Amino acid sequence: MIALLIRDLRLAMRAGGGFGLGLAFFLIVVTLVPFGVGPQSELLARIASGILWLGALLACLLSLDRIFALDWEDGSLDLLATAPLPMEAVVSVKALAHWLTTGLPLVLSTPLFGLLLSLPQAGYGPLVLSLMLGTPALSVIGTFGAALTVGLKRGGLLLSLLVLPLYVPTLIFGAEMARRGAEGLTYSTPLLMLAGITCGTIALLPFASAAVLKVNLR
Amino acid sequence: MSANSIWEYANPKKFIQTTDRVLPWISVLAVVSLVVGLIWGFFFTPDDYRQGSTVKIIYLHVPSALMAINAWLMMLVASLVWIVRRHHVSALAARAAAPVGAMMTVIALATGAIWGQPMWGTWWAWDPRLTSFLILFLFYLGYIALWEAIENDDTAADLTSILCLVGSVFALLSRYAVNFWNQGLHQGASLSLDKEENVADVFYYPLLVCIAGFVLLFIALVFLRTQTEIRARRMRALLARERMG
Repeated sequence: MIALLIRDLRLAMRAGGGFGLGLAFFLIVVTLVPFGVGPQSELLARIASGILWLGALLACLLSLDRIFALDWEDGSLDLLATAPLPMEAVVSVKALAHWLTTGLPLVLSTPLFGLLLSLPQAGYGPLVLSLMLGTPALSVIGTFGAALTVGLKRGGLLLSLLVLPLYVPTLIFGAEMARRGAEGLTYSTPLLMLAGITCGTIALLPFASAAVLKVNLR
Repeated sequence: MSANSIWEYANPKKFIQTTDRVLPWISVLAVVSLVVGLIWGFFFTPDDYRQGSTVKIIYLHVPSALMAINAWLMMLVASLVWIVRRHHVSALAARAAAPVGAMMTVIALATGAIWGQPMWGTWWAWDPRLTSFLILFLFYLGYIALWEAIENDDTAADLTSILCLVGSVFALLSRYAVNFWNQGLHQGASLSLDKEENVADVFYYPLLVCIAGFVLLFIALVFLRTQTEIRARRMRALLARERMG
């Protein structure tokens, strides 16, 4: 498992692996928003946490088809399927690798992007905390979507259509937590709900993803 | 397998025979109850003292909303049957129900918007019920798109049924998340089993007839579409055999 994780991380880091593309995309979204809604800092401060959540979600979405596509093309996915490692573990490791290369950099860079969008002082802690809690769920759910569409030639658009509705609860609680934090309210309820969703998806969804992947490899 | 088991209808031939026999009856009953319910509702019930005649859209809105949810539940059950017992008819029935359910969602949203414009002063509000219906519609779209995208029938059936299971959990989660996210404009349930919350009796009985009509319409459409699917698949098999031979 650890070998697989290290392999995936190494592949992502190297040239063409797409590491950092998500971050660049995130930066572009954050840059474009003021062009769209105007540069007034009161307005930006009000929507900053929501924009940052949306940006993180979209950046996550864009990198999803990479999770299985390359391994599917060169056949290493078949090798993994016949390996003694259970499919559920493979899927979980893939999701973890995706989070480490996409979700974690996003989380770590949000304070900087928050600065660009004049996020209120009180908002930084809750925003980073909510993304820290929420992005693993995005990766795990995304892995399920990627497993569903792995065999398809042009699955990218379909993948978004399948995954985005599944992202709704995570986004709602995450953005709500960040918003409440930015406005100086208590945010323990959305925090607990978000943590619950993340734990639930990490615990249960790999089974569904593994089942789907087995069907696709048949 | 016992002769009277429900699984008998998993045999496509038996399914087509039986549905052929009941389909005319169900269709006629659906049309009759829809005509009776709608005419009764539209012309023989009084206007509401606050809402005027716009209240009458309830006869389309409530049944279609009800069926939009029930269609998804039916797909969920059919998907489970497919996963557990692998009866093809079940997978095809789930596939057949999806567009009907999506259409019901659209009807519910559209009639709601038409009613909401004079009543709430807006076509659309980010009310929990409206929002969760929109999300339900997205789930339908994803489900249908996945069916269309995959060429191998069995693979498609497997993948969509798992998507349906996972989607059900997330749809339910979204429903409650949305509730938490925004307070609603939408009134409480129009119908419930304990009579406290119901609409007044004058509206209640035609509404029940309309709901029966929508249920029958849904059943008739699903039967018909499932039959079409079975026949189309049989035709493809025959064509393939001809090409081989």
